[in-house]
Amino acid sequence: MNNIIVYCEFEDGRVADVSLELLTKGRKLANKLNCKLEALIIGANLKGAEAQVFPYGVDTVYLADDKRLEHYQTLPHTSIVCGLFEEQKPQIAFMGATTVGRDLGPRVSSKLHSGLTADCTNLEIGPHTDVKTGKSYEDLLYQIRPAFGGNIIATIVNPECRPQMATVREGVMKKEIYKADYKGEVVNLDVNKYVSATDFAVAIIDRQIEKSKINIKGSPIIVSGGYGVGSKENFQLLFDLAASINAEVGASRAAVDAGWVEHERQIGQTGVTVRPKLYIACGISGQIQHIAGMQESSMIISINSDPNAPINKIADIVITGTIEDVLPKLIKYYKQNSK
Amino acid sequence: MKGLKIIVLAKQVPDTRNIGKDAMKEDGTVNRAALPAIFNPEDLNALEQALKLKDQFAGTEITMLTMGPGRANEILREGLYRGADNGILLTDRAFAGADTLATSYALSCAIRRIKDFDIIICGRQAIDGDTAQVGPQVAEKLDIPQITYAEEIVSADDKKIRIKRRLERGVEVVEGSYPLLITVNGSADACRPRNAKRIMKYKKATGRSERAGNEALEQLAQQKPYLNINEWTVNDIECDPNQLGLAGSPTKVKQIENIVFQAKEAKVMGSTDAEIDGLVKELIANHTIG
Repeated sequence: MNNIIVYCEFEDGRVADVSLELLTKGRKLANKLNCKLEALIIGANLKGAEAQVFPYGVDTVYLADDKRLEHYQTLPHTSIVCGLFEEQKPQIAFMGATTVGRDLGPRVSSKLHSGLTADCTNLEIGPHTDVKTGKSYEDLLYQIRPAFGGNIIATIVNPECRPQMATVREGVMKKEIYKADYKGEVVNLDVNKYVSATDFAVAIIDRQIEKSKINIKGSPIIVSGGYGVGSKENFQLLFDLAASINAEVGASRAAVDAGWVEHERQIGQTGVTVRPKLYIACGISGQIQHIAGMQESSMIISINSDPNAPINKIADIVITGTIEDVLPKLIKYYKQNSK
Repeated sequence: MKGLKIIVLAKQVPDTRNIGKDAMKEDGTVNRAALPAIFNPEDLNALEQALKLKDQFAGTEITMLTMGPGRANEILREGLYRGADNGILLTDRAFAGADTLATSYALSCAIRRIKDFDIIICGRQAIDGDTAQVGPQVAEKLDIPQITYAEEIVSADDKKIRIKRRLERGVEVVEGSYPLLITVNGSADACRPRNAKRIMKYKKATGRSERAGNEALEQLAQQKPYLNINEWTVNDIECDPNQLGLAGSPTKVKQIENIVFQAKEAKVMGSTDAEIDGLVKELIANHTIG
């Protein structure tokens, strides 16, 4: 009772990376709170799924295995999650901030009247004193996230309601094996106890999911563009540089919102978090919500015509100049020098 | 077929996308007064989906619902200019300080008073919070299904609707029966512009708080009821006051911090050929690239 439960996404026989990242974080917090780490996996043909999560330090894995649950659907998943939470009364629950977790999380929080914080960039445990009532709390979950378009960082707590719920984007937490031979308990849930026929009211007619061709997270070098790149045409310069130095192209939210590149390339709190060897920021001013997603890069080069761009403060090398001028030169001298 | 009854949920938000240097106060808090208030962008995408259904099914009625201070009437007028039929502003001190859950509770109580609807449509998320929570939370409170991340209405009739959803790595087409709630992605069709005739018709549409003390506007709203934007207070909806506003919010803000970057000693350079050449040589030499 009063443990930490991570809702694990399961598709094509695999537990999603974001869920394993949350288990890694969950294990650390469980050790601090001296409670159990538990995982909930909902899907079809879950045989063997438990073996994927145990090495992350899972003490109990709940499996809801039913052929109707092959693909995520809001209502049956809500019913299972809420039913289990009402029985187990976890103190903390995590979900990925994916199209699944962001569809499911608010539904669950609404039904259970528990607080939910979206897109957290950090999670910690600590005390809290309510300013108005003076009441003190021990061991609350600090849900830390950029807010207000990423211009401030807010720490949110849920003093009274349980579970304390948070979603986190893929890549924000690090995925680390806890103990390769860690073994927990498997609990098979009776799906029909939780799910009713009316839960399948919205029917999936068709699904066309592609394997992602863009792998920003795994790329050691990223050339990333912001609003200062100026146009879709200028973004081609970033692709040219990336092609010559074997890098992947990323973007800030402003560049994605402007329609210059695909959403999959967005780096930052509401996109992907990356930790490359080299991050080349082109025309990126450096809003907090962007920096939250790239500040752990080993080396940061900022190319900006504004010498006072905020991102320059965290850069290792600042090149003051325009994209049109600097990028072709980088390509030219790379070709000359790499031979 | 008969027209549909559609409720569009919308929010007036500070334009966090264009934050100038004066937007932050010296103590690190946000200076809301320095930010223009706009119609939340994805709520405009949502309104467009409602308008498409209205184009398709004569007799469809679009009611806009928002919660906020008196000036949020601005986005209701904006909706009227673009084709909505009427607007309701939920406004009361009792709603202030609400988190997403308390907001969705208040909205769901207002929707229960509207009572008769087939579809609720709203934007996926608002740019001042980016939580994407209020839509699904409202659906749960009303105990109706939801379809999130909608990009396109594939087809609709008087009983059901088929929606294309935009997911991380592809699309999914789903079908559900009314009543249901849909949240619309920014990748959906943009909202049509204002209609000149509708601007003429509705430019004097006002809410009670905006008319206060203005006899001419008051008379106008009496003569032409369509010029009255409904303002509902906590007394106009059936609700549990303990679930409203700050008190009804499970999440509390413990701390707000302005970000102080840990400044590094950056090497600052220009963009001459010699400088770039030197940099590239250095990056190759220390195996950062190549």
